Amino acid sequence: MNDAAQQVFNEGQARANAAYAAAKRNITIDPITRLEGHGKIDIYLDPKGDVERAYFQVPELRGFEVFSLGRPAEDMPQITSRICGVCPTAHHMASTKALDALYQTEPTPAGRKIRELVYNTFMLEDHALHVFILGGPDFIVGPEAPPAERNILGVIGKVGLEAGKKVIATRRRLRELIAYFGGKVVHPVLGLPGGVSKALQPEDLPKFQALARDGLEFAEWTLQVFKQLVLANPDYVKMITSDAYTHKTCYLGTVDEQNRVNFYDGQLRVVDCNGKEVCKFAAAQYRDFIAEHVEPWSYMKFTYLKQRGWQGFVEGPATSIYSVAPLARLNAADGMATPKAQAAYAEFFQTLGGKPVHHTLANHWARVVEMIYAAERMGQLINDPEITSPEVRRIPTTVPAEGIGVVEAPRGTLFHHYQTDNRGLITMANLIVATGNNAARIAMSVEKAAKGLIKGGHVTEGLLNKVEMAFRAYDPCLGCATHALPGHTPLKVSIFNHHRQLLHQLVQE
Amino acid sequence: MENASPPPAGNGSWTPRIVAFFCNWCTYTAADLAGVSRMKYAANTLTIRLMCSGRVDPQFILEAFARGADGVLIGGCHPNDCHYAEGNYKMLRRFQLLKRMLQDLGIAEARLRLEWISAAEGEKVKSVINDMVKKITALGPLDLPGKFADGDRELTAPAPAESEVTHV
Amino acid sequence: MSKPKVAFYWCASCGGCEETVVDLAEDILGVVEKVDIVLWPVAMDFKYKDVEAMADQSIFATLLNGAIRSTEQEAMARLLRRKSRYLIAYGSCACTGGIPSLANQFAREQILKFNYEEAPSVVNETKTRPQLVFEEAGRHPHLPELHHVVRSLDQVVDVDYYIPGCPPTPKITQAAVAALLDGRLPPKGAVLAPDIALCEECPRRDSKPADLSFTEFKRPHQKLLDPAKCFLTQGVVCLGPATRQGCGAQCISGNMPCTGCFGGTDRVKDQGAKILSSLCANLGPKEEAGINQVLAGIPDPVGTFYRYGLAKSLLRRKADLPMNNGK
Repeated sequence: MNDAAQQVFNEGQARANAAYAAAKRNITIDPITRLEGHGKIDIYLDPKGDVERAYFQVPELRGFEVFSLGRPAEDMPQITSRICGVCPTAHHMASTKALDALYQTEPTPAGRKIRELVYNTFMLEDHALHVFILGGPDFIVGPEAPPAERNILGVIGKVGLEAGKKVIATRRRLRELIAYFGGKVVHPVLGLPGGVSKALQPEDLPKFQALARDGLEFAEWTLQVFKQLVLANPDYVKMITSDAYTHKTCYLGTVDEQNRVNFYDGQLRVVDCNGKEVCKFAAAQYRDFIAEHVEPWSYMKFTYLKQRGWQGFVEGPATSIYSVAPLARLNAADGMATPKAQAAYAEFFQTLGGKPVHHTLANHWARVVEMIYAAERMGQLINDPEITSPEVRRIPTTVPAEGIGVVEAPRGTLFHHYQTDNRGLITMANLIVATGNNAARIAMSVEKAAKGLIKGGHVTEGLLNKVEMAFRAYDPCLGCATHALPGHTPLKVSIFNHHRQLLHQLVQE
Repeated sequence: MENASPPPAGNGSWTPRIVAFFCNWCTYTAADLAGVSRMKYAANTLTIRLMCSGRVDPQFILEAFARGADGVLIGGCHPNDCHYAEGNYKMLRRFQLLKRMLQDLGIAEARLRLEWISAAEGEKVKSVINDMVKKITALGPLDLPGKFADGDRELTAPAPAESEVTHV
Repeated sequence: MSKPKVAFYWCASCGGCEETVVDLAEDILGVVEKVDIVLWPVAMDFKYKDVEAMADQSIFATLLNGAIRSTEQEAMARLLRRKSRYLIAYGSCACTGGIPSLANQFAREQILKFNYEEAPSVVNETKTRPQLVFEEAGRHPHLPELHHVVRSLDQVVDVDYYIPGCPPTPKITQAAVAALLDGRLPPKGAVLAPDIALCEECPRRDSKPADLSFTEFKRPHQKLLDPAKCFLTQGVVCLGPATRQGCGAQCISGNMPCTGCFGGTDRVKDQGAKILSSLCANLGPKEEAGINQVLAGIPDPVGTFYRYGLAKSLLRRKADLPMNNGK
């Protein structure tokens, strides 16, 4: 649509909206033309006023795969980290692993350990960001709380100032570890094929050992807070287990040889909605198992299991829709690789009635279980005698051609796939990002929540937050999904009646 | 080809505008010589005299294109003859990379040209300029200002004027 | 006297700039005390209509990050310009276009085609593309349109100040906000970071030689990087000489060279041209073959020299790209 037509459309929409509001509603409508940085939801009602169809749209695309053409492959870890400033380390690490494969050069043992150390530290602090600052406040403060309190300040109100400061301070220390190795914490620079750029000096070891201990204590404290404030509250538990937020899809996660969750490396495992393994494959084979589908109403693509074919947005034992991220990882694995996390894992499934768990909001709890694993893994690595070795890199000697690197980003499985010429300049780049893996399920969650909550044309103010909760539980990183937008996503919900007139528009920053 | 006559002018059709950076000691003197000898050649160049081809900052070249030049010519002393010993080598090194970079940015190779023209080579000034004008005429206008303005039509209001904009 | 109103907003951004403001950590509480934050999507819930309803120029300062690449982002930039006394371009994308402006080397159609048809994991026999308006059973969800050209903020609206970096550091952010609140405002158009090259604050400065003579360039993965020596002496391209300081040389402390995210100093019009000039002038060989052999170590000059600033460079964009849909 060209600019003039767009303007006419917007003006017409505004007028129709205002006229309808004047005639029918006493809820203030806010139909201002928005900008990118939004998830956009359009809900269409049938003649009875029930939801006919809801479209979850992502309105932008930046095109990293194309503007990476011709770039030196070794620049890709730093270029692709700009897909997302909230999870830059995930892209950086997936990209670095793709370089290893490209140059057929494995990292040195110390190099690999430093990568894993940085990566688990990142998982811990990023999960903490979500739990306390982004999605978590919904639970800790309460979904009915006024918007002005649904943030870190409200969390401090609930857990106390000292505890709140501990969250901020612990995150800061964790990020300082990432900055030690990566130069900066937002867009770190450590990744190179064959290892990392910087070694750990022995004199710096004690403070990081202390940090690992404090990090584990922090993760366990987070679980306590979660249990006290969320699980002890029957309304929350009811919401978590309600049908509106439940989907029976497949689940994808990375596992080690014993099928335990691993963020940095392993095989990719898919289980169906009954917990049965569907397939297990190495990153290099992803194209045989994962495909992307295009819908005309969103810039974001929808992934699905290739061998089952695209069947639409459906769930059940035969579905080709899968999801990723903490809940999926726990579902797809048989356990956790560290003891305290394993105990938390067992408690999680026992409480929620066995595996797999299909309640989307349980992602928040699964996230806390993962925090414990990340902290324990940090402790293992920082106390490994090899961690201070100066041999952190080896120089590649082969001619590059193709490489695929996969990691578990906080929000799910992340694929980086590169092809280069013999000088190592990118000739093809394909990225499947975590939230792209969740895209179909998010669309279904949004539609299901809308259908469950809007009946007979009656729209409530609580709707917006309830719908947003369905979508926020995925901790969606739409920056990654369209290689465009990051982190917390503002949302605009538009509701149309069966005459396709705009009834209502709710906008949430 | 070296003595081809200049393209016809005056009928209102486009003819290339070429910015020429000439070093004082060699090429500019040669251009003077061409003038004093009443050599006739294409009148498409806007000549800028610098003390040395090594003084040509790549920013000058890019700015010339950005302001509407269809071609940029640099003239300097032959290797070993630079009045300042190394200046022309610096230009040569910059030129090699600039050429490649300009191609990556969609500017054809023929639009940027480096020539060594000594003070006595008035004839070479004539032939180089005639040749360059011929080649660029065949390529057509570059017209970056027009392209920028064209691009800015997708905005809903005029872009702020360049001169008010600080360089960061 | 009421507290000055401040807004943080984002356009085509990765969110790293927002993370930086959050990274002010406990210091943010100090900032929150002195100002009234009226808009900050990442951390607080506010209604957009409240901003619309404000009087023009009633927001004291808006820090806007992200490049401008769609009509809706443009509209937001214009709105905030109207409502703000000072509009500040925050971060490399708003200042100079940022990494997203590398897309200016490619046609929009190429981006769309790869994404929806050619990518190896895409299955799309019908060649479906996202539509600006999609009609289905009378329903009409629509999507905003992407521009052909990615732009810096000042290529769309008038900008008062610039805070550079990808992302800017908490330190220069705090210094800039403090200067604003104290009324110690530099002349309009100033970049709020020191006006001197990175080399001056680099910890490896002492090993930077007075004379350089490159006989080869090594890309960072091709050699082990000495953590104590200037990268240029190691034959590794570092944009420090052409880049403004203020970041504290963070990438260098991660043992990787500078890639230029703070942009050039005040006297520089085109940062990429300056670093090209400096590196080339310092090559060893004097004849074409030898020169080109050394320069083969810089295989992608556009990506290396203009990684953060292609939109604001003198040429802005690849010159032979179409402006229509590339057909």
